[in-house]
Amino acid sequence: MGHASLIDELKSTKIRDLLEQGQRIDGRSFDQLRSLSIETGVIPKAEGSARVRLGNTEVVAGVKVQPDKPFPDMGDKGIFICTAEILPLAHPSAEPGPPGEDVIELARVVDRGIRESGMIDLSQLVLVKDRSVIGIFADNSVIDHDGNLFDACSYASTAAVLSTKIPKWEIKDDIPVKVEGQESDAPITTIPVSVTMGRIGDYILVDPNGEEWECLDARITITTNSDGNICALQKGGHDGFTFEQLTKCAEISISVGAKIRETLKQSKQGGQ
Amino acid sequence: MILGGKESDVVLLDENGIRCDGRKIDEPRRIMIKAGVLKNADGSAYIEFGENKILAGVFGPRDVHPKHMANTDSGILRCRYHMSPFSVSERKNPAPSRREIEISKVIKEALEPAVMLEQFPRTAVDIFIEVLQADGGSRCAALDAASVALADAGIPMRDMVSACAAGKVADTIVLDVNNEEDQAGQADMPVGYMPNMEKITLIQLDGILTPAEYKKCIETAIGGCKQVYELQKKALHDKFFSNGGNS
Repeated sequence: MGHASLIDELKSTKIRDLLEQGQRIDGRSFDQLRSLSIETGVIPKAEGSARVRLGNTEVVAGVKVQPDKPFPDMGDKGIFICTAEILPLAHPSAEPGPPGEDVIELARVVDRGIRESGMIDLSQLVLVKDRSVIGIFADNSVIDHDGNLFDACSYASTAAVLSTKIPKWEIKDDIPVKVEGQESDAPITTIPVSVTMGRIGDYILVDPNGEEWECLDARITITTNSDGNICALQKGGHDGFTFEQLTKCAEISISVGAKIRETLKQSKQGGQ
Repeated sequence: MILGGKESDVVLLDENGIRCDGRKIDEPRRIMIKAGVLKNADGSAYIEFGENKILAGVFGPRDVHPKHMANTDSGILRCRYHMSPFSVSERKNPAPSRREIEISKVIKEALEPAVMLEQFPRTAVDIFIEVLQADGGSRCAALDAASVALADAGIPMRDMVSACAAGKVADTIVLDVNNEEDQAGQADMPVGYMPNMEKITLIQLDGILTPAEYKKCIETAIGGCKQVYELQKKALHDKFFSNGGNS
């Protein structure tokens, strides 16, 4: 994105001027999330799914569950893998082809938040130790990009995993065979919630929208679990944070995250 | 069973507060940094950080290729973090992995605040990092070497970036987590820090920390960064002043 256009520059000045007056460009308070809606069960062929709208950012996540070989040093654990893709229809700047560094970071941050929280008790997903385990694959497709894909993908994957039904497999002649008509909820231990904050000057903004995203000095994504502890974190952007700012971001992530966790819990009940 | 980590037979922390490799809680591994180790690069550095052996080479400011990447307002920084196939126990595929691409990005973003890119618009500064042997904390060691290599290349900088990790091992916050502790421990937090500007430019976390542990972990890591900073300055001093400035 080498050249900042004049319009972008004017927009950036406007955003900064408004912040000086205590306002955000879309009228939100600094620690306010955009409107969040979560719908589950949107892809019936997937074992779990969710469609998340975070303002004008929109993500569809699907979970597929299938038997797999365990990782070599993790024979007593099932597999969880989370990916993300920005579809070319999501934004004029998105292109088909191999993922760039931004998309790779997005997928790894979303994966890390869920993995490090221990959300899924992977030890309950073993069919035959060291030989055959159940794999849970959560794939995110960004279909509209208006900033903060980290949280939109994170909520979509989490809601999709919460809604996931795990089929039953039995081992016959060393091969897992699906037992029709029997399924159970995914073994959930905690609900991770990521909160992404952007810094512009001295201001910390929760859930930056697309326009704000373009002029952030730095950003940070902090994931907390149901106990209110911090389980994953990633800083990005071309500048840094002071220690005081990092402490404040952690507090915001815990308090804002607690509300979002309630929304995620409700989404499991099958509603909006 | 240790929450958040793998089960392990290793005693990570004994009753005297001594860790599995004999270190104290707030003691970093052995660190050796040397500046100006390559002939062709404009700046370079070599670091040994525990069992890590890492080279960093810097080229630039120079013309940008491909040209569309150039920025008319400022220079651009590009970074490649790469692990040699022989750097780990099981051979690593030489093609860049997703992990390496992510680390390249976070290292670049950790250095950007320190480099005065606005002084050379339309140019690029390229940083190439080669991990010859990998141990725990390789991204921090790589960032330490890259920062010295940039200074060695004479690129205008606001500050050095010094990096060190802290983590949670056997319910205790410790400095500079090694490979074994990373595998069996409860949390790992790499931190990159500008010591004079007091700004954190790289921070990541894997593993569970309470809010109080989180603060302690950042403070511990910053303490490590300050120790690294002294060694970075010494490496540059040794190169420019010890041999009459012609090494």
